[in-house]
Amino acid sequence: LPGTRSAVAGAMVLDKPTSYADATSYNNFYEFGTDKSDPAERAHTLKPRPWTVSVEGECAKPGRYDLDALLKLSAMEERIYRLRCVEGWSMVIPWVGYSLSELIKRAEPTGKGRFVEFTTLADRAQMPGLRSPVLDWPYVEALRMDEAMHPLALLTFGMYGEVLPNQNGAPVRIVLPWKYGFKSAKSIVKIRFVEKQPRSSWEQSAPQEYGFYSNVNPNVPHPRWSQATERRIGEDGLFAKKRPTLMFNGYEPQVGQLYAGMDLKKFY
Amino acid sequence: MKRAISAALLHPVAKPLLFLLCLLPLGWLVYGAIANQLGANPAEAIIRGLGDWTLRGLWLTLAITPLRELTGLAALARFRRMLGVFSFFYASLHLLAYGWLDQGLDLAEIAADIAKRPFILMGFLAWALMLPLAATSFNRAIKALGAKRWQALHKAVYAVAVIGLMHFIWMRAGKSNFAEPAVYGVILAALLGWRVYRRMRRK
Repeated sequence: LPGTRSAVAGAMVLDKPTSYADATSYNNFYEFGTDKSDPAERAHTLKPRPWTVSVEGECAKPGRYDLDALLKLSAMEERIYRLRCVEGWSMVIPWVGYSLSELIKRAEPTGKGRFVEFTTLADRAQMPGLRSPVLDWPYVEALRMDEAMHPLALLTFGMYGEVLPNQNGAPVRIVLPWKYGFKSAKSIVKIRFVEKQPRSSWEQSAPQEYGFYSNVNPNVPHPRWSQATERRIGEDGLFAKKRPTLMFNGYEPQVGQLYAGMDLKKFY
Repeated sequence: MKRAISAALLHPVAKPLLFLLCLLPLGWLVYGAIANQLGANPAEAIIRGLGDWTLRGLWLTLAITPLRELTGLAALARFRRMLGVFSFFYASLHLLAYGWLDQGLDLAEIAADIAKRPFILMGFLAWALMLPLAATSFNRAIKALGAKRWQALHKAVYAVAVIGLMHFIWMRAGKSNFAEPAVYGVILAALLGWRVYRRMRRK
């Protein structure tokens, strides 16, 4: 899946990309199991084609897009983003896709469309992890409209120049480099514009631990561990000290103004 | 049959063999780290692997007495101490791996982490409780303490197992992933339940 170098500010970090083997074998995708090796071992049952994404809710032009229509909707760009997991590890991944705003603009959300909600596929036949009640399926994530419209919010179809492997959220996912990884919903089947702030799956599962915003923030520890440092997968040696985590994962110049004046300790 | 097993258990090679067996998990982790076979996050794999083997060692130690009484193979008792000491060995490596690979040997950070995360505190507590048991695991200590007091002290292993299990459950609680801790819990309940049952029968 080819993409041209993105011209969006902050879209091409200079960090060394994580190896393809690590990025495709160490994943959190609970629909296929809770171990990080589970998705790579079990996601072959996911059928990424045919695939449709339904765009609905508070918008003038709702619709159902099949995958080919989505692939042609806007020009594919390659973007190299840092990815910081809430668990304290990080990767650097070259994604392929286009700004989520391209799709949102076409749907023409109304004034009532203040939030964008993403729903992941929940099909027991394709996803063995759904048998376990770790989360209230389907997996739901959401963004405030201005976050979703930010050019860095990527509607993603590929990585490393290829189409997304199943374990990484095929055939279409979002990637939000300034937020903890779990905000970036995978294998999306529904995008809905809503007036009230939705409750995301992790927020529902443990509200005191996972907030709606979940911006990468070294100054706000997770209730049970520090978020000040991280281990870069494949790069930081076994005995190396963990590297400091950057505010908004290093994307503060680009996204900082979205949260101006907000108490990020309260809205974590 | 029972005779043959008993003879094998009493064979002079049995103990050195068990010693080598107990070193296998460590050998695998060291090999895996050098040969890059531990996946994308080797530090996590090492820390968790050592923790798994600590629990397994403890559970095996606690299984000796029930097995001995249920099978009538008295010779099994010779292996209990070695299994117990190996559990402590793996617990210590687990603690060291956490302190070094996860916390960069920063003592202030470690202290803060123990205070911050209840599951770390539990793990640390279980390890600390194992210290006096490991320190009195040689014959002279038994003599010095007297068998009764030594036995009373070593009852602490039950607390170590329960706290160790809590440490494991709590670690997985962040992701509500209780399948594996449940297996450990059921086995421990059986091992401890057997002791309670036997005690009640004797009264």
